[in-house]
This record gives sequence, C-alpha cells and structure tokens, in this order.
Amino acid sequence: MGDDPYGLEKLEEQYNRYTSRKILLIIALVAIIIILIGVSLMFNGRGLGFVEAMSYFFNHIIGTTYIVGSDEWVNDYAIWTVYTPRVFMAIIVGAGLASCGVVMQALLNNPLADPYTTGLSDGACFGAVAAIVMGFTLSGISGSLGIVTNAFFGGLIPAIVIIMLSRVINMSPAVTILVGVALSYLFSGMETLIMVSTDADTLKNAFLWQIGTFTNTDWSEIPIPLILVALSSAIMLLMSRKLNLLSLGDDSASSLGLDVDNFRTILMIIVAISVAGMISFSGIIGFVGLVAPHVVRMAIGGDNRYLIPASMAAGAAFLLVADLLSRVVVYPDELRVGLIASIIGAPVFLYMILKKKRYGEGY
Amino acid sequence: MTQIDIDDLHFEYSKDALILKDISISLKGAQLISIIGPNGVGKSTLIHCIDRILSPTKGTVLVDDQNVTEYRPKDLAKKIGYVPYTSGDSFPMTVVDTVLMGRNPHHKWKSLHEDMIVVEEAMRMMDVSDLAMRQFNELSAGQHQRVMLARGIAQEPEILLLDEPTANLDIRHQMDVIRLLKDLSVKKDIMVIMISHDLNLASKYSDNIIMMSKGSIYAVGTPEEVINEDNIRHVYDVESEIIIRDDRPFMIPKDPEFVSRGENKEFSVSIP
Repeated sequence: MGDDPYGLEKLEEQYNRYTSRKILLIIALVAIIIILIGVSLMFNGRGLGFVEAMSYFFNHIIGTTYIVGSDEWVNDYAIWTVYTPRVFMAIIVGAGLASCGVVMQALLNNPLADPYTTGLSDGACFGAVAAIVMGFTLSGISGSLGIVTNAFFGGLIPAIVIIMLSRVINMSPAVTILVGVALSYLFSGMETLIMVSTDADTLKNAFLWQIGTFTNTDWSEIPIPLILVALSSAIMLLMSRKLNLLSLGDDSASSLGLDVDNFRTILMIIVAISVAGMISFSGIIGFVGLVAPHVVRMAIGGDNRYLIPASMAAGAAFLLVADLLSRVVVYPDELRVGLIASIIGAPVFLYMILKKKRYGEGY
Repeated sequence: MTQIDIDDLHFEYSKDALILKDISISLKGAQLISIIGPNGVGKSTLIHCIDRILSPTKGTVLVDDQNVTEYRPKDLAKKIGYVPYTSGDSFPMTVVDTVLMGRNPHHKWKSLHEDMIVVEEAMRMMDVSDLAMRQFNELSAGQHQRVMLARGIAQEPEILLLDEPTANLDIRHQMDVIRLLKDLSVKKDIMVIMISHDLNLASKYSDNIIMMSKGSIYAVGTPEEVINEDNIRHVYDVESEIIIRDDRPFMIPKDPEFVSRGENKEFSVSIP
C-alpha cells in the first residue's frame, strides 16, 4: 500500500499536508494582525514606539496599574482607552464583514455576493439613519440599542426579499446580485429622502456617519458588535461543512441531506443580524466582504472550514491597514476608513476579476 | 431488499406544462435500470421526484414503504444518492474534498480516516485517484463527471440515481463507468437508475429498461422486451434495425435520406 502512488496512505499524507498549509496561513494572518495592532498603536500622540506601545497594551491586559497622573498612567490611558478600542473595532468589523462575505458567497454560490452588493448594508444603514435623523425606532428603544435594532430590521428586509425571491422564482446567482443592487439603490434613495428633509448639521452628521469610521470609538461601543460577530461567526464555522455542500448546486446539496431552503434562510438571518451589529457602530464599509475572501480563496481554496477563519483574519488585517492609512495620510487630520477601504478595495477587486481565471469563470 | 413504489405520479410546472403523468411503477432489488426516451419527456423530472428535489403535483413515491416526503433529509440521503448531469460553476475545492462531501449523510465527529477509506476506494473505482489534490473546477467535463460519480459512490446509498452519467466521457471511460455501475449493483447491492441516450449501451448492461414518451412510461421490461423497431419508431420517430449482439438487442438507426458521398465532389486530407 505504501508503494502505491495513489493509495490511502499517500492520499492522507497529501491531504494532511494541504490542511496544514491552510492552518499555517491562518496562524500567519493572526501574527500579521498582532504586528498591525502594534503599528497602529505607534500613532498614539505620545511618541511611544512599537515596542513601548505593545508593552503598555499587554501590561494593561495582564492588569498592570499605574499611579494616577503619572507619565505611565497617561501613556496607558492613551494606548488602552483612546486607541485600542478603535483597533478592536477595526478587527471586529473586518472579521465580521469578511465572514458574512464568505457565507453570502457560499449561500448564493456567487463570488460577487457580500453584505454590500446584496443590499444588506444599505438596508441596515437606512434603518440606522432613520433612527439618527428622525429618532424613529421600530423597537421603541432609544439610544444606540435602538439604532442597532433599526439597523437589524433594515438589513433583514433585503435578506428576506432575496430569500423569498430565491424560493419563489428560483433566481440565478447573477439575478440575485442584480436584485441586491436594485435594493441598495432603493434604500440609498430613501436615506437621501430622509436626510434632505433635515437641518444642515444633522444632515452632515448622518452623511458622515454613513461613510464608515472608527474615530472616537470607545470601549462602551465594543460589546454589541463583538458579541454579535463572535456568535454569528461561531455558528458560521459550525455550519461550514454544510456550506461546502452548496458549492455543487442546490440539487446536489439536497441529495446529500441538506435542507437547502431552511439552511439558507437561517444563515441569511444570522448574516443580517451580524451586519446590523457592525453597520450601526461603524457605518458602511465596502469591499472587505469581497476582497478578503477572494484573496484567501486564491491561496487556500474554497473549503469554508478554513476559508471562514482565514478570511476573518484577512478582513481584520485589511481594515487595520485601512484604518492606519486613514490616520496617517493627512496627519494630524483623519480620513474616513470606509473611504480608504473603497479606494484600496475597488482597484484590488477589479484587478482580481480581470486577472482571475482559475475559478468562477462562468460568473 | 430495496424497493421503490411510484403510484400515479404527476408533475407540472404550470397548468400548461404537464411534465409527468400517470407514472406508476414498482422497482425492486439491486439491479441496473436505464431510463431512455427523447429529450424533454420527463426523465430527469422523474428522478428528481424520486429524490424529493421536486415535489410531485399528484401521486406518491415510496422508498421501502415510506413516502420520500416523510424521510429526514439525512436519512433520505443515506437511502438515495443523486449525481446530476452537470454541477455548474463552483468555488475552488479539491477533488478529494468534493468526493468527501458524499460522506455528509454519514458524518460523525472525527470520522475523517474512515471517510477517507471510502473516498479513496470511490476515487480509485472512478479512475480519478491521480486528480485527488487538483481543483475540481479546473477539470475537464469528463473528469468532472467521474469525480461526481465518485462522490455518489462515496455516499454509499442503497439507490443511486444518475442523470446521463456517461454523457461527457470518452469511449473507454463510458465502458468502464457503465461496467462499474453494473458491478456496483451486483457487489454492493445497490439499485442503480440511470438516464441514458445511448440505447445500445443501456441495452447491453441494463437489467431493465424504462422507455418514456411524452411524460409517461411507454414500455418497461428487459432490454429484449423494450428495444425493438416498433417502440423506437413510436417513441423516437426513427426507423431502425435491431440485431442481436452479445445476446442483447443492438439498434442500428436507418436514415432513408442519407447520402454517403455527393456527386463530383473531390476532397482529400493529407499530412505534408
């Protein structure tokens, strides 16, 4: 058996090596994230270098305290209270948008699907803008939780429309994206309608809010997106083997024991919840859900068991870089991270579409 | 013994598009069954109804005395495997991962080694072992088809439904695959039901043949009972001559308008 070039032993050896490569990539991406955290914290207004900033970061985690008012205390305050929350938010939103991108692409069997192209982002954004500008919340709750619930209901509308249409008229992947684009325009138009009817200051705030940013993020904003992204990603990972079945089409997946319609509905709702949680705190950030999975897929293939965690790490790294650039390009002023993500993401994505011939040629 | 009982099956997409009507048939035991008939007579729809991919408008499909609608998805997947004609576009996935998907109905926690044993055997049977680590979406149509068949075999169902399993294959692989399907039915006790447009291949290897015409079953029985000039004329509107080859009917189509060479036409081909 050992001499057989295609025997079981050889197959398992090759497969294990291939799996190890995928795990190594995930570990490498996590290492890159840690380095990027340090680089990001270097821009701290206190003149602390990479090593110093990271030592304050890790010392705070292990519970080191300083004398109030001392230089160390101020440094710790700058690193942990001022800059770390935005770094964490970039990681959470980057990872969350990437995982939602992977799952939507698998659910719709379309590499162009992500929360942005399917209208989920604009739906959630519309819900949030309605709460900010008009003070109208569907849940009746005011404050940030009201914005989150509004964003959730807003994001759910395009998800439900897509699911219903998929079930009723058996839409092709290309048509699904067109429906998503149409819904995006619809919600975008309604947002504009709400915004033009308000005063100049609110209009500016609402407009700027739409373009994603992590500026002034504080710790109080972290828990909701963190919990939603962590829970949704955990479910997506648990479902990743089943997601793989959809890659050969609904009929094949169904014949392999998957209840395709219910599976798709449940995961779309989970994606909508996760997207709402992120959008309501960060605003719209496009291209992460498209670029991160595409880059990772080229490296390790389309097995969702590895693609989801690797894309999450790549998405987090991408937004850390975008956030860093947003802070340094016009220093001491700041650009919006959503803007930077689009400026980097759009050409990268275009390049990949034009260059890529290895998969998805029929799309 | 595996048994399929189809009773008064009707299927329509809309009131104007009746695809299947009055289908009643009982299939029992491990055997190779071919479904033949012209394009658009409802062959694929019939196997989709058996595997619950489509829900009949009227009538029932029982597998081992239980209505297919009452099976839990995974339990039905253990009973029935289905290999479609094409798999369409897909994300990059290795051949071994694609074949491993067939193990989904049997999935147990930490079962990779046991699954790999089945997968390796299925790949070897379909002659795709050398493609194991290649990306599925980079393969030729014929290789695609053999990988999908390996996935169907790795599923280890009691009934295997195949939509034109030899359509994209070269002659050698056509014969290998169909001989293997015949072996599967005998050695692994599987009822294999395949749609085929190759009447002679179906005649040579099938235990029974279902001939369909206009959404109904026109004839059913052994190849000797089904493959004859009258049936072929009625169902395909083709004149034919049936001879016996290897103890099975062999169909030679007749074309009265065929002209082998036109007058005064000179053509040649040469290698300089």
